[in-house]
Amino acid sequence: MAKEFFRSIYVVTYREILRFIRERSRLISAFLMPIMFLVVFGAGFNRLIGEISPGVDFIQFMFPGILAMTVVMGSLFSALSIVWDREFGFLKELLIAPLSRTGIILGKALGGALTSSIRGLILLGFAPVIGINITPALVIKLIPMILLLSITLSGVGFVIAARMRSQQGFQGIMNFVFFPIIFLSGVFFPLTSTPNIIQTLSKFNPMTYGVDALRQIFFNDLNVIDKNIQPIGIEIFGHITTVWENITILSVIGIILMMIATWMFSKQE
Amino acid sequence: MQIIEVKNLYKSYKKIEAVKGISFSVNQGEIFGFLGPNGAGKTTTINVLCTLLKQSSGEAYLDNLEISRNQGEIRKRIGLVFQDTTLDDYLTAEENIKFHGYAYNMPKNLLAQRTENLLKMMDLWDRRKENVRSYSGGMKRRLEIARGLLHLPKVLFLDEPTLGLDPQTRRKIWDHINEIRLKDKITIFMTTHYMDEAENCNRIAIIDHGKIIALNSPEGLKIDLGGDTVEITTENVSEAEKEIKSLNLKPTITNNNISFQVPNGNEFLPNFVQNFQQKIISIELRRPTLDDVFISLTGKAIREQNQSSTDQMRSWRNRRGMGGSR
Ligand SMILES: Nc1ncnc2c1ncn2[C@@H]1O[C@H](COP(=O)(O)OP(=O)(O)OP(=O)(O)O)[C@@H](O)[C@H]1O
Ligand SMILES: [Mg+2]
Repeated sequence: MAKEFFRSIYVVTYREILRFIRERSRLISAFLMPIMFLVVFGAGFNRLIGEISPGVDFIQFMFPGILAMTVVMGSLFSALSIVWDREFGFLKELLIAPLSRTGIILGKALGGALTSSIRGLILLGFAPVIGINITPALVIKLIPMILLLSITLSGVGFVIAARMRSQQGFQGIMNFVFFPIIFLSGVFFPLTSTPNIIQTLSKFNPMTYGVDALRQIFFNDLNVIDKNIQPIGIEIFGHITTVWENITILSVIGIILMMIATWMFSKQE
Repeated sequence: MQIIEVKNLYKSYKKIEAVKGISFSVNQGEIFGFLGPNGAGKTTTINVLCTLLKQSSGEAYLDNLEISRNQGEIRKRIGLVFQDTTLDDYLTAEENIKFHGYAYNMPKNLLAQRTENLLKMMDLWDRRKENVRSYSGGMKRRLEIARGLLHLPKVLFLDEPTLGLDPQTRRKIWDHINEIRLKDKITIFMTTHYMDEAENCNRIAIIDHGKIIALNSPEGLKIDLGGDTVEITTENVSEAEKEIKSLNLKPTITNNNISFQVPNGNEFLPNFVQNFQQKIISIELRRPTLDDVFISLTGKAIREQNQSSTDQMRSWRNRRGMGGSR
């Protein structure tokens, strides 16, 4: 049983990565996103907006958010791929093979997380161009965070995709689920400067904790952090979360979502 | 020995009762066929037997294991070629095969050896490094059959294996299937609505509206029908029908043709032509085909007029890899 479970994760992950390499559009978009980012933000945006808060300039604030967005887009792809597989028939090949259903879902999530990390690493590779120094130590700290964020967010996608039949329906839900998730995560602006209602909503958004954790890791590393002046950490009942608390919250949400997703998936016909 | 045994199997979808209490068994090593028109319940039966669907009631055994209670064990023992393609278009043929080998936990040596044997036999070895997207419909089918056989299943399920393919390709695919079947000693369970394809089977179950209405060897079915088939075209179909009925015969009408069975055609015909009141445009006497069997059992031809357009659409969908998700 256990062997079957790990084999399922392995074969499905293997295929996800193979497809990532094969599908030129996905590879190209992995390179194009960072370049677009550089063009938009490198071209003087910084001077226009200036320091977002004392000690942190706009690009430094944005970069971890863009990284989170890149990763979340990747996990969106991996969740979408279940609907593709169903529509193009390949899902049947998976379902009639002696594989575990839970393993299939986890393989999809892991495949998505690994390809998201590749996207993230490509983005990090471009960071020095816009004057953000990346140390190897930082990259090593970021990778597990990227994997966690990706797996948790793909959980959201899988819960939606577990029963979905057509891509059109999926795209609709993406518009109503994924875009709010991105906009209500503090990627584009500090949440503390938004209206109360948005701040409250954002606390139910798993991505919020991922963005904040990435930001804290970044700022710690860049030594720009100053807790007194820097609005960072998510306030829950008066307590400001630390990186580890963010990671814990994200993991718990991720585990719950994955359990729901695998339960829905294994019950399907 | 019986490899598959089905007892009083029912399967309903939300609104439709697709399979209404069928019972049959399949002998080890034979080619067993389900022959029936669109919507008869062929695919539904296969989906139950291959663990994709759970039956509403009844029992089904494969290799003496109840299917819905032993899904894991069943999956190891079967290979499938679905009606709509289930290949990964973005991968090469070799990668599709390799994935399958990993998924079925095949030892490396065996996988390499069977990949080479099967792809060579299916004439795909030289093109194994190409993306499946660039394959023709026939090549995709051959690849799927190779993949279905890769892990040495006890039973291979073929759901309309040659749908939308030209006659030449169909014959070739059948040569391959027969060759491998004898070599690997596997049982084949297939569905089709091509009469000539059904002739490849050792035994055929004719299925219509979710029920098995006849089960026998192709020869047996024709013999059961009794004697010879007479087919006539006349100017006034309804009058002719009445007159034939008055001779104590059972005519069936398809596209202005009237056909019926007589015990001894050669003796029957001269007398019939002399005494028949309606004007006969043409008349044909022949050995019954499976088509005649089907018509006499159901009162309609298996391939209605609109069939060919459905076929074309299907094969188009197959080529584009746009299988429905049934
Ligand atoms: N997923 C489904 N949901 C609801 N009804 C279904 C589903 N799949 C099949 N049916 C219905 O069940 C009946 C039997 O369908 P099935 O696919 O088994 O027929 P078939 O014999 O394979 O036909 P064909 O030759 O067209 O492939 C049909 O009336 C069909 O509309
Ligand atoms: Mg069918």
